[in-house]
Amino acid sequence: MIEQKTRKLNDDTRVAISMVAPALTGLFLFVVLPFTLALVLSFTNLRLGSPLPTQFWGLEQYRRLWFDPSFRHALLNNALFALVIVPIQTTLALGLALLLNRPLKGMALFRTLFFMPVVFPMALVSVIWTIIYAPGSDGMMNAFLRFMTLGFWQPQDFLHDPVLALPAVMLLSIWQGVGFQMVIILAGLQSIPTSLYEAAAIDGSDRWNQFRYITLPQLRNTLIFVVLVTTILSFRLFDSVRIMTRGGPNDATTTVMNEAIKAAFDQQKMAKGSAITVIFFLIVLVITLLQRLLVQEEKAIE
Amino acid sequence: MNNLDSTQWTKQRNQQWLRQIASYLLLTFLAFIFIAPILFMIVGSLKPDELVLSEASTLKAFIPQQISLQNYRDVFERVKFEKFLFNSLFINGTIVLLGLIVNSLAGYAFARLRWRGRSLLLIIVVALMILPLEAIAVPLFFQFTFLGLRNTYIAQIVPFIANAFSIYLFYTFFADLPQELEEAARVDGASPLRTFVEIIVPVSKPVFATVAILTFLSEWRSLLWALMITIDERVRPLPLAIATFQTLPPTQWGDIMSFGVMMVAPILIVFLLFQKWFVKGVASTGTKG
Repeated sequence: MIEQKTRKLNDDTRVAISMVAPALTGLFLFVVLPFTLALVLSFTNLRLGSPLPTQFWGLEQYRRLWFDPSFRHALLNNALFALVIVPIQTTLALGLALLLNRPLKGMALFRTLFFMPVVFPMALVSVIWTIIYAPGSDGMMNAFLRFMTLGFWQPQDFLHDPVLALPAVMLLSIWQGVGFQMVIILAGLQSIPTSLYEAAAIDGSDRWNQFRYITLPQLRNTLIFVVLVTTILSFRLFDSVRIMTRGGPNDATTTVMNEAIKAAFDQQKMAKGSAITVIFFLIVLVITLLQRLLVQEEKAIE
Repeated sequence: MNNLDSTQWTKQRNQQWLRQIASYLLLTFLAFIFIAPILFMIVGSLKPDELVLSEASTLKAFIPQQISLQNYRDVFERVKFEKFLFNSLFINGTIVLLGLIVNSLAGYAFARLRWRGRSLLLIIVVALMILPLEAIAVPLFFQFTFLGLRNTYIAQIVPFIANAFSIYLFYTFFADLPQELEEAARVDGASPLRTFVEIIVPVSKPVFATVAILTFLSEWRSLLWALMITIDERVRPLPLAIATFQTLPPTQWGDIMSFGVMMVAPILIVFLLFQKWFVKGVASTGTKG
């Protein structure tokens, strides 16, 4: 009997290894290995197609990035992006979720409509919005703004304007992303026990107080998660700026990933691209750790 | 109920009624703003090219006057749309299918089997969830260039089969299943693999659907990797194809809009048919996050 048991444990290990092998091999080859490679390459001056041999450069790539105006502008843009998008998109998503969180007819239809932009590839979204932002009074956005400002708005060339370009990209990002966050928040709202609201209503609490003292605290972790994801997405920004503005005009819309691809793909500077990638990872890591901390803190309090 | 009570009751009902109407109005207004660009694209695809831009500033942007499929024909004449569609379907389909197999097996092994190294490897997998594609795109590009595998299907499929987040979704789902499910099979001496296939998988449709949808959604929309790794149109998928098409002279917006419609139609249809699963899948990322 004991022999059988020991064999069973061994069998589990062997079978388990064979079950996880494909996935873990894949993760190793295509996630762990590249990441390590990026780290290693970032300490060199590797440039594909260069006749000179690659040398160890220590922290030189990072030092250069520190003084690189395009890269600094990129960091600034991503940070601005996050600072603007996160509050707007989260508030909008929360608002929509609250509106939809009622047992009224047709809510599912509205939910579908708000979610629809999410299934659109960013490449397509960028192309559509390129026309929407067309310069001149024919452009839809120009016409819309003229209408809203009762004629005061002068037609602008959004995508070539150093000041308007980034906000223009922000707007289409929000348009595409709100539905996603809305669905997550809606799920969070629907998991709040109605008994809490009933008890509050009996106590005479009005809707605003119910929102402040029941809804928001219950949604805390969901909202933190949404904020985290949106922030990370802000730093991943690439597709739209590559297609619509190529990072311009004059780096007005360049992003960290745009700089990375410019370096690695356009200029074949693997080492520089790798260094930017490593910095990007560190940023994502810090943001993620912050989120874990905030969520843990709440669990500790409970 | 005396008169005063019933008046109050009616007042409350009226207030509720007004609030409902206000909600509907607000929702309809917002929905229109959200749908406007999509409508614009669909209507634009049915218009002659010149009118797409010139009518963009008026309400005619949303109302076609003469519907024509000429733009759709133009697209097929100018580029090999069928090839791009095939590429996207093939690449994404393979990633999703192989991913379901590979990641579910791993998820099950983590959830229900006891083996050496399990805890450590699980921690590593969870840690890897943080890394988005962008964090490894550059070195991955280097790897594949080095191996001479640029411009291939392999380069666009293989790196994306194993996915830490998918493994995690499977893991949490399987871990939550009742233990009794496998007990009978174990007593009969069935191997874990058989148990998995014959007992666990049939009751795990929700997680398989969720992972399939989330994977399909994220891969269908991706541009970055295709941009870096493909060179010509032979293996080019749709997002990259429309980006290149847009820069192909002459710039005919009607054609571009119909390219867009055809490109988004598959996933839009899948979404509309499987909405509940989509919403559930997306929502579950929030609870697991």
